[in-house]
Amino acid sequence: MKIVVLIKEVPDTWGDRRLNSETGLLDRAGAEPVVDEINERALEVALTYADAQTGTEIVALAIGPASVPTSLRKALGMGADSAVHVLDDALVGADITLTAQVIAAAIKRIGFDLVIAGNVSTDGGGSAIPSMVAELLGVPGATYLNAVEITVDAVTGRRETEAGSFGVKAALPAVISITEALPDARFPNFKGIMAAKKKPFETLSLGDLDITPTEESRSIVLNVTQRPARTAGTVITDEGDAGQQLADFLAKNQLI
Amino acid sequence: MTEFATDSILVLVEVSPSGAVLPSAAGLIGAAAAIGSPVALVVAAPGAGPAAAKAAGEFGATQVLVAERPDAATSLLVPTVDSLAAAAALVSPQAVLLSHSVQGRDVAARFAARTGSALAVDAVGISRDDEGPVVHHSVYGGSYLVDSAASSGAIVLTVRQGAIEARAAATKPTIETLEVPASGMRDVDIVDFEEVVVASSRPELRGAKTVVSGGRGLGSAEKFALVEELADVLGAAVGASRAAVDAGYVPQSHQVGQTGVTVAPQLYIALGISGAIQHRAGMQTAKTIVAINKDANAPIFEIADFGIVGDLFAVVPQLVSAIQSKRK
Ligand SMILES: Cc1cc2nc3c(=O)[nH]c(=O)nc-3n(C[C@H](O)[C@H](O)[C@H](O)COP(=O)(O)OP(=O)(O)OC[C@H]3O[C@@H](n4cnc5c(N)ncnc54)[C@H](O)[C@@H]3O)c2cc1C
Ligand SMILES: Nc1ncnc2c1ncn2[C@@H]1O[C@H](COP(=O)(O)O)[C@@H](O)[C@H]1O
Repeated sequence: MKIVVLIKEVPDTWGDRRLNSETGLLDRAGAEPVVDEINERALEVALTYADAQTGTEIVALAIGPASVPTSLRKALGMGADSAVHVLDDALVGADITLTAQVIAAAIKRIGFDLVIAGNVSTDGGGSAIPSMVAELLGVPGATYLNAVEITVDAVTGRRETEAGSFGVKAALPAVISITEALPDARFPNFKGIMAAKKKPFETLSLGDLDITPTEESRSIVLNVTQRPARTAGTVITDEGDAGQQLADFLAKNQLI
Repeated sequence: MTEFATDSILVLVEVSPSGAVLPSAAGLIGAAAAIGSPVALVVAAPGAGPAAAKAAGEFGATQVLVAERPDAATSLLVPTVDSLAAAAALVSPQAVLLSHSVQGRDVAARFAARTGSALAVDAVGISRDDEGPVVHHSVYGGSYLVDSAASSGAIVLTVRQGAIEARAAATKPTIETLEVPASGMRDVDIVDFEEVVVASSRPELRGAKTVVSGGRGLGSAEKFALVEELADVLGAAVGASRAAVDAGYVPQSHQVGQTGVTVAPQLYIALGISGAIQHRAGMQTAKTIVAINKDANAPIFEIADFGIVGDLFAVVPQLVSAIQSKRK
């Protein structure tokens, strides 16, 4: 089985995440680029399957800027077999639809039985990529799985939505996305990190994928405004009457 | 054949496999009516169409397209995507609106990929200028407000649940059956479905005016009942931190934060929550924030309007009785 895990590099959520107010694009100076936590969990799903099934091949795929190789090396250190990075200046500020087209083209070139993605990225991706990629590949897309079972020819799982809980099944080849209900990932160990250095690492351009992006992005940012940061108000230490004081505060502000 | 206005806004009304219309339709149709003529699409199993169409009319859709598909309750996404593609071809809308629900995002994504459309996700509002619809987003936990638009063609957008307050007046809509050519695209099978049971009389977390959230500081599922008690006294929705969800105190649907629900209530009360940046991303645009935490250095105090350094198990019971006696 060949599993492609989609890795997105995002600004660390622990850092100061900023937008450029002219372009609306991410300002990379504020926060360290890291593998999005949900993608480590996605990789863990693949690694757990590979632990039990010999002959499983895991490819980590990321579309993004020149910092991405560090993130992909981490995935290799955790246990992915090879990595593919799509890097191209024409992708700066790429809209969601173009990003999905590039990911789908790269997956086609790599070949796959199963694609595993995160359900939503932490930098405002909006969880569209996995379904878009499924549509472009013409395969089932079982997203938002809280539980996953992979067999040689199908993947089953549970999906919670606003309507209720779905038991779902997709024949392979398929795309899935997983939620943070699935386990946290293992750490890369020293042996893994050393081995990662020798693993295949391919860098592709849009030309390699036969994609010529149109000049104009499908969507345009008209305006970016930064909200003033919140400031601290009153902080009291409970001396036995804090509950009463809070009730008074709420009453004064017409909140009760 | 019915005519469709040039300012038509196509709205996908989410229908569960059992035929129930989800409440998100109210805000979607309200948002659509504010910028154009809302045309609703319902996709349902055979026989379930008319009731769903009627419900869409109650939310204010003047025209409803009904696609009854035999596979609507067994095939996860493709019947809806095929129907939306057929509806868009018929209506030529200026925008296609879907809920930013799990199902809505997937349908929007597949539809946008199929048609090569611009996709805008998680909108908190929509307006129009001379060029057409303008979509408003709240980014990085509400730190930034971003406006976007499609450079050409109809924009496909998903709307954050609970973000739109506008409601359209109920109508008796004109209902039309939509013929849908099947794409034949492979899909996910629905093996079983358990309808969500709204067991609680508490308000929905999304869009609630008051939210009381509990964190790891509650210590156990049993003791989390204190959060619920305060919520009930205030008529509030119940939220939680990821640590509380991970520890099993409450189901995941209560999680507030970056990877949970984003709320913007009048009043947010955080109990035993440290206020990690990822939690704040989901609640920092609340009008008034109150925090109770025994650690004076907890980051939640940096954004609280009223903070109490203290033991929540002492403060909250006193607060509950103080509120009750004020009401007497
Ligand atoms: C990618 C990513 C996404 C994440 N998404 C989310 C998200 O959506 N939502 C979210 O909440 N977190 C999220 N997190 C996790 C986040 O970083 C924190 O780990 C989490 O918010 C901590 O929850 P907590 O405040 O309940 O727990 P803790 O940080 O353990 O805080 C518990 C607090 O309770 C206080 N306390 C204990 N006992 C009492 C008492 N008797 N009285 C008063 N106070 C008491 C303690 O002083 C402490 O401050 C995410 C993390 C990552 C990496
Ligand atoms: N640029 C990218 N490169 C690789 N994978 C991505 C990229 N963008 C999104 N994904 C995948 O799609 C998932 C959902 O992302 P998003 O649609 O951005 O919320 C992520 O968790 C990744 O698995």
